[in-house]
Amino acid sequence: MANARGFVAVNEEECKGCDLCVTACPVDVLHLAQHFNTHGYNPSEYDGDGCTGCGVCFYACPEPGALTVFKNWEESRHKYLNPNGEGVTSLTLKDPIKGLAVIEATGEIIALSNFLNLKFAE
Amino acid sequence: MSTKILSKSEGFYDVYDRRPGTDKDTTHYCPGCGHGILHKLIAEALTDFGVKDNAIIISPVGCSVFAYYYFSAGNLQAAHGRAPAVATGVKRSLPESIVISYQGDGDLAAIGGNEILHAANRGEAISVFFVNNAIYGMTGGQMAPTTLIGQKTTTTPYGRTVANEGYPIKMSEIIASLTAPVYVERVMMADTKSISNTRRAVRKAIKNQVEKKGFSFVEVLSTCPTGWKMTAPQAEEWIKTTLAQHFPLGVLKDISGDVEPLNLDHHLLPTDRIGKAINLPEADADQPKFVIPDTVNEEIKISGFGGQGVLSLGVWLSEFGMREGLNVSWIPSYGPEMRGGTAHCHVKLANRPIGSPLVVHPTILVATNRPSLEKFEKEVIPGGKIFWDNSLMDITPSRTDIIRYPVPATEIANQLGNTKTANVVMLGVITGVSEFLDENIVRRTLPQIFKKKHLLDINMQAFNKGLEVAASLKRIA
Repeated sequence: MANARGFVAVNEEECKGCDLCVTACPVDVLHLAQHFNTHGYNPSEYDGDGCTGCGVCFYACPEPGALTVFKNWEESRHKYLNPNGEGVTSLTLKDPIKGLAVIEATGEIIALSNFLNLKFAE
Repeated sequence: MSTKILSKSEGFYDVYDRRPGTDKDTTHYCPGCGHGILHKLIAEALTDFGVKDNAIIISPVGCSVFAYYYFSAGNLQAAHGRAPAVATGVKRSLPESIVISYQGDGDLAAIGGNEILHAANRGEAISVFFVNNAIYGMTGGQMAPTTLIGQKTTTTPYGRTVANEGYPIKMSEIIASLTAPVYVERVMMADTKSISNTRRAVRKAIKNQVEKKGFSFVEVLSTCPTGWKMTAPQAEEWIKTTLAQHFPLGVLKDISGDVEPLNLDHHLLPTDRIGKAINLPEADADQPKFVIPDTVNEEIKISGFGGQGVLSLGVWLSEFGMREGLNVSWIPSYGPEMRGGTAHCHVKLANRPIGSPLVVHPTILVATNRPSLEKFEKEVIPGGKIFWDNSLMDITPSRTDIIRYPVPATEIANQLGNTKTANVVMLGVITGVSEFLDENIVRRTLPQIFKKKHLLDINMQAFNKGLEVAASLKRIA
């Protein structure tokens, strides 16, 4: 994950399982999960490897907050901004498979839903 | 290589607080609905051009009626089909704002056909996004003017026929045939390429408005998986194979590169000319100016039977406020309560600009019949004032956290010889006990308000009586 070309994070609870991102993905690294989210949809899932960060799924997705796409992700270059907008620490992406992407900031694990609300500094 | 993050646009609210229910994170659209994609493209463009805080999105009637749940921009919701007319008013009064009329095909092509044609013909400098899915989606998939020949809908179960329903209407071609529009294009949202093409068209239509080029119209062929009874990918395929064949894609008109930026300020009327236009008397320049408190923020609800003069009382209060230099608003509430129940009006008087004219939590309630007091008493803010006509009702406010002003207005008016002056008595009491109204301004303005001069005397007497009541109420307090 250190220097992945791309990475896609799915916010399971916002995904409606419409299948459009799966159809659109040019490298076929998205699929619909077997399990249901709380709304009763099968959410989209990232295979965990092979994303190029092209952003096609992002624009195919009708739900504003369901997908977040990172292009040229380099963990060492990123500083996570805390809610006050202050840069705190660097991040490590862990286990991006099966919609369980988590971010660790100096030992503190931040869940996926928080992850999508994070603000990043260059 | 720099990292690029594609995430939820700042053009959306983080949490959709306006959406009722417990789910505040997702849109109300069906899975795979094209509205979501177009929303994203518009929100992104508004953010990228730095006009998000300056944008006003007019939502239609249709599934996108709730666009105001999502866009972090100014929002207005128009009556069915009237979004271009509302957009015209907004754009003319706020020429620097970015006004977007977002409409579906039932809204724009059917009931709003007239509005869009004339807005386009006038060349209003707005951007119109026309979401065409060949169906009435919100109401369950009935035939729209854009429904294709042979297409089955709930109201054309055997398919649309030319003999019965005519041909599908091609709005973009009609708009493009007019002289004024500067940019008309039809695009679709069916695959990666076409969505990126739509993104370009959306950005161009908004950019045109930023550059004051004139009327821009983008028709977007969009999916309705639910109405078409298909999966989302099937629906996108159907757009490509069928819908786009009947509605040819492409730029139908683009003269945006050739036109000069419009001067949009000529619609704005200088303040002094507004006064002349509506016959306002000249301001009393020589009179000493009433010093209004710094923080006037009165929200007033006046309610009673139709005929008791509650709407007039509201108009007068706003008139006095205006002469004191306050911002004011007044809206009446008619409805099934017009006969018998309560008629009421909302009045706002404030130093600061007024956003919505609706009064939800009044600082002052004037109730002149029992149903009004019962209905609105609970809405008054703690510490607010309630004026009620105690000569007409046998109840008193049950709340203890408000300031009470029982006024026998109708009784006093009857003693004066004209029941209709009860609202003027009430005006006198409000003037007497309130800090935001100047007695002298009211006195000077009243003769200009009453059209029938022979009634002026009795009304002035009623006003004086009201002031007396106010003085006695103040002594008690």
